[in-house]
Amino acid sequence: MTTSTRGATKIPAVLVLEDGRVFRGRAYGAVGETFGEAVFSTGMTGYQETLTDPSYHRQVVVMTAPHVGNTGVNDEDPESQKIWVAGYVVRDPARVPSSWRSRRTLDEELARQGVVGISGIDTRALTRHLRERGAMRVGVFSGEALAPDAELLARVQGQPQMKGADLSAEVATKEAYVVPAIGEKKFTVAAIDLGIKGMTPQRMAERGIEVHVLPATATAEDVYAVEPDGVFFSNGPGDPATAEGPVALMREVLQRGTPLFGICFGNQILGRALGFGTYKLKYGHRGINQPVQDRTTGKVEVTAHNHGFAVDAPLDRVSDTPYGRAEVSHVCLNDQVVEGLQLLDRPAFSVQYHPEAAAGPHDAAYLFDRFTSLMEGQRA
Amino acid sequence: MPKRTDIQSVLVIGSGPIVIGQAAEFDYSGTQACRVLKSEGLRVILVNSNPATIMTDPEIADATYVEPITPEFVEKIIAKERPDALLPTLGGQTALNTAISLHGQGVLEKYGVELIGANVEAINKGEDRDLFKEVVEAVRGKIGHGESARSVICHSMDDVLNGVEELGGYPVVVRPSFTMGGAGSGFAHNEDELRRIAGQGLTLSPTTEVLLEESILGWKEYELELMRDKNDNVVVVCSIENFDPMGVHTGDSITVAPAMTLTDREYQILRDVGIAIIREVGVDTGGCNIQFAVNPADGRVIVIEMNPRVSRSSALASKATGFPIAKIAAKLAVGYTLDEIPNDITEKTPASFEPTLDYVVVKAPRFAFEKFPQADSTLTTTMKSVGEAMAIGRNFTEALQKALRSLEKKGSQFAFTGKTGDKNTLLRAAVRPTDGRINTVMQAIRAGATPEEVFDATKIDPWFVDQLFLIKEIADELAEADELTAELLGEAKRHGFSDTQIAEIRGLREDVVREVRHALGVRPVYKTVDTCAAEFAAKTPYFYSSYDEESEVAPREKPAVIILGSGPNRIGQGIEFDYSCVHASFALSDAGYETVMVNCNPETVSTDYDTSDRLYFEPLTLEDVLEIVHAESVAGPVAGVVVQLGGQTPLGLSQALKDNGVPVVGTSPEAIHAAEDRGAFGRVLAEAGLPAPKHGTATTFAEAKEIADEIGYPVLVRPSYVLGGRGMEIVYEEARLQAYIAESTEISADRPVLVDRFLDDAIEIDVDALYDGHELYLGGVMEHIEEAGIHSGDSACALPPITLGGHDIKRLRTSTEAIARGVGVRGLINIQFAMAGDILYVLEANPRASRTVPFTSKATAVPLAKAAARISLGATVAELRAEGLLPAHGDGGELPLDAPISVKEAVMPWSRFRDIQGRGVDTVLGPEMRSTGEVMGIDSVFGTAYAKSQAGAYGPLPTKGRAFISVANRDKRSMIFPARELVAHGFELLATSGTAEVLRRNGINATVVRKQSEGEGPNGERTIVQLIHDGEVDLIVNTPYGTGGRLDGYDIRTAAVARSVPCLTTVQGLAAAVQGIDALHHGGVGVRSLQEHAQHLIAARD
Repeated sequence: MTTSTRGATKIPAVLVLEDGRVFRGRAYGAVGETFGEAVFSTGMTGYQETLTDPSYHRQVVVMTAPHVGNTGVNDEDPESQKIWVAGYVVRDPARVPSSWRSRRTLDEELARQGVVGISGIDTRALTRHLRERGAMRVGVFSGEALAPDAELLARVQGQPQMKGADLSAEVATKEAYVVPAIGEKKFTVAAIDLGIKGMTPQRMAERGIEVHVLPATATAEDVYAVEPDGVFFSNGPGDPATAEGPVALMREVLQRGTPLFGICFGNQILGRALGFGTYKLKYGHRGINQPVQDRTTGKVEVTAHNHGFAVDAPLDRVSDTPYGRAEVSHVCLNDQVVEGLQLLDRPAFSVQYHPEAAAGPHDAAYLFDRFTSLMEGQRA
Repeated sequence: MPKRTDIQSVLVIGSGPIVIGQAAEFDYSGTQACRVLKSEGLRVILVNSNPATIMTDPEIADATYVEPITPEFVEKIIAKERPDALLPTLGGQTALNTAISLHGQGVLEKYGVELIGANVEAINKGEDRDLFKEVVEAVRGKIGHGESARSVICHSMDDVLNGVEELGGYPVVVRPSFTMGGAGSGFAHNEDELRRIAGQGLTLSPTTEVLLEESILGWKEYELELMRDKNDNVVVVCSIENFDPMGVHTGDSITVAPAMTLTDREYQILRDVGIAIIREVGVDTGGCNIQFAVNPADGRVIVIEMNPRVSRSSALASKATGFPIAKIAAKLAVGYTLDEIPNDITEKTPASFEPTLDYVVVKAPRFAFEKFPQADSTLTTTMKSVGEAMAIGRNFTEALQKALRSLEKKGSQFAFTGKTGDKNTLLRAAVRPTDGRINTVMQAIRAGATPEEVFDATKIDPWFVDQLFLIKEIADELAEADELTAELLGEAKRHGFSDTQIAEIRGLREDVVREVRHALGVRPVYKTVDTCAAEFAAKTPYFYSSYDEESEVAPREKPAVIILGSGPNRIGQGIEFDYSCVHASFALSDAGYETVMVNCNPETVSTDYDTSDRLYFEPLTLEDVLEIVHAESVAGPVAGVVVQLGGQTPLGLSQALKDNGVPVVGTSPEAIHAAEDRGAFGRVLAEAGLPAPKHGTATTFAEAKEIADEIGYPVLVRPSYVLGGRGMEIVYEEARLQAYIAESTEISADRPVLVDRFLDDAIEIDVDALYDGHELYLGGVMEHIEEAGIHSGDSACALPPITLGGHDIKRLRTSTEAIARGVGVRGLINIQFAMAGDILYVLEANPRASRTVPFTSKATAVPLAKAAARISLGATVAELRAEGLLPAHGDGGELPLDAPISVKEAVMPWSRFRDIQGRGVDTVLGPEMRSTGEVMGIDSVFGTAYAKSQAGAYGPLPTKGRAFISVANRDKRSMIFPARELVAHGFELLATSGTAEVLRRNGINATVVRKQSEGEGPNGERTIVQLIHDGEVDLIVNTPYGTGGRLDGYDIRTAAVARSVPCLTTVQGLAAAVQGIDALHHGGVGVRSLQEHAQHLIAARD
């Protein structure tokens, strides 16, 4: 809280996009170099949850909200064991956090975990650029990593694309573990970790579900070994077109008619398992204010999103699939992107957004109840 | 499910006159709502007594009733118009209360009118403290969060002492039950204080009962704005965090959007509680505002209150996010759902989302304590500010510093030079929240206070405190730097430093800093408020400046006219000026210009992104305006800048803009100077052969005394270049003159004091006129009810004038034309005259839109401000007559004999203020303006119009009962006839002994009552003040004995305010009231819409 803090943040940093646009600012978090896909997130709260969401693996996240770090870092809110974002871009980082739960500053935490960031740039200009030209590769450089722009650009262009990236295994747990039910145990669920967020098993546990979180490489044998009442497919990073293992597993689950619920990446896998295509959105949905309509009730829920890919399924009709009839249950009212699928003849559904809502509004929490009803229905 | 088809017509109730706590924001909301409903094909019927509003413009609604907003008058309107529905949620508490009364009286049922927007049960649940507590309990039961402040009811000191234990210790709030205006309540920090306050409270309470409540002083304070549709879709439009913690009314706090210091978990708890509350209360179709307190130590959430309607905060939230709450509320009320309503700004996404901001909004309140020196300036839970400024920046520091300079008040910006004073003294001062506390805090920081010390003194959140330190550190860097580099300037600018501040720190002139800055290429860019943080392209050019990289101002072809607004509302410069700016925008848009509005007042219609082609939400300082002019000049041709319509704020920039090469259109800066400068204006008058009261200018007491001796007492003294009669006083003797000069802080060598002969017993006349360089259009002539010496803004007036003849009008016309020509006006001019004896004196001329323009426009059915804007850009009166904007022939000086009479009455804020002992402040009118708003009464005869104006402003005039009369000696003669009339109308007269004697000698019986100073009589005879408090007096006439100092009638007048008894402080007011009472006695007071009045007037003109 002295002038020296201000001085310390004056290390120059550069952000270079693959199309050659350059932004100059100051280092934030770790000093060094990082690469990833540049995406922007419009949430005004919940940076801790965002940073620790495995779905952001290999992405450099641009925060549209200018002030980041105001509430510091606490030990309760992370969604996983570590920060997953590849790099962090903010306009005005907090110097002093203020929250009764705060343990340390975000700046310290980013540096501790080696996350390279940049601050003090025109994040709105960058966001508009990504909106108009689409998400793209980016590099952030500071300290000894600095070099002439052309050289930095070459380094950025030498990085792999997000399209075609198979990343689940990189973020998922290596070992199975159990999240016990809170209160009376009512169900057992096998949750396939493709990059699962901590809040998801928590929401299930709150409903009396014992959650067996299994690695992304889990087989049908592993799944049915826990004698699940339902199977869950989590969110996660990467291109769903590469997720052949999970798709095959899901088909098996569908075949057996076990109640099934998918979130985000899980929704894309259900789409692919049903025979729909998936595609990369121009700049994705990342924020906590997205209006999604439940097409069965007509009601609108304000929801948390983090997806760069989407399912290509027809909105105007019921589709026939190898597992019976399927329909688009939820749609984003901003751009009519498919936000949910459900099977009409089997107990399976999924949503593209985040009902576990960490960060984000709790409007869609009812979906977990829908999952428990399916499991109850299956027992009856 | 689209619009309901069973509603064809809707009655909208406005909020009436501008008062503290209920201001221009309801004009903004109401105007939006009326437009929406009209565009939906509904017949819109509007009632609002406030003529200075855009919503009462005849084209906004189908039938516009400028009538008092009382259940009686609204019932008359309902009976006449038979609307299908009543929308009460857009006119503040006034509209809500009126609707509830109409419901309670069975009027709505009788005429089959459906309440839409909120039902009675929901309104009651939201408004009633106990019912709302139950709502909060129910919500806690459902979702496990949210509670009300804990409290215990006590009937003895033992109860009280035990109660503290139960609440978990000190401090506690003590609230005695059933005392007037919360008398006897207070904070107890220890047992001594508790015994004293609660002891007194138990005595004061008629039921020997006090409520003990846990103190949440110093907690973090938040607000959420929510909307819900009939399908139960709910969105949170905006979160607001108060910079000033709990204890200061949110209207008086510096507030910030979005919330800055909540994690997502805590924010989502507030959101969940908010949504559960709107559902539990049952607001089906519309918006509400919910306030929360959050304990900074552990996050405990207390729900403070909710407003089941559009509010000041929702207007702020609309401007802060670009999500038009009132407009959407109106659509929801007629049956749409949120997902069926498109977001105006993106056009392609729906309104069923939650705006996300990539900027920070800061609102700062504007106070007027200088007008009420007796009033206690401590900020409490009673709102005291009269206006506000909002600023948008890319970060908090930028927004905060812009907001502070938008306040346009000396000392409102942070100062970093000069002595700071003692740290501990400053910290102690900062404990008490008051106007400018943030500046005190900054001084304390400069004096070496640590963040912890600042937090301990103020409980301002540590994050905000650090932001103040950040600002101070940049000021230090500016001061210490060897030279101003692009990097340093850019950094200072990114944290909101103005050129003026930088100049002060560097010991340079402002224009030099600007030159350096421009030479270094440090200029602002303009970003768009787009509801979605750039996720989607914005179609609406709603801009704010920031020192970032990329500007979003698009090039354009059409020539632009930049209209400068009036900034924060304050006494003397309010909504009337916004009205003129909005009209200019409409008229110039019709005339083919691209209109660009600049303003920083979030309450107004001018800052609605729908009003002009482009909106810059920016401070109205020279620097900010020059940068906008630059940006717009780069974007395309600029036809000119209009400075005439926004009051003194833009007028004051006129010369400097011109000096910087900006094309100022309309009246030239030189002409403005000719009217404002005493010497120059004297020459104009001399050339035209017009008399002004004898006067002189002085910079010392000796000079002033010499002038006063020459022209004779009483004299009117005032500083030059002020608005609203700031510091103006009638001085009756030399001693007071000496004191005045000694006390005045506004006097300096280049700001002399003006000493005028005061015209006793003169009739004051206001004229609004248009002049194009050749032809004069006399807009209207207003005759003041109160005599000269009472500020024109505080005086009631009538149009057409009620006692002036054709000869007088002719003289007024000739004089007005001579002055307009002499000064060089191109547009509007307002002149104040005084008729004393048979001489017409010129008091002053203002070459700009005046406060009375909306009133004159409505009374004569001619849009003067629109015409003025056109004349500014070169149109002539003749052309405008040909076009039909002005009447083909005749003008406001020649209204037909049967034209309606309009009366304007000022509304005073007395009831808002108390002195430090908790007593009311005096209500005597004087030359310094203190009213916050106005109403208009319109009818075919003066008496009825006056009665309506009183009903609109203060509540209906009594038609029977007891009238108390006590007047100054000089008024005793003129009191006799009106007093006799009161008796004739069946009033019983009460009088103090002196007045009673005069009345009795004139054959009028009056009961003698005891003066306050005489105290209670031997047999318990009550004093007049006791009688007033006991509700036994229906009308009070009390004229003060001279002015200044402590006055005899003080207790009477403050009691009148406390009990809301009509109180007339001039005999002219009494005479008018008697005419009003007479009209009421004749019965059959009707209602008539402005459209009907206009039709009548236009027919009579042709």
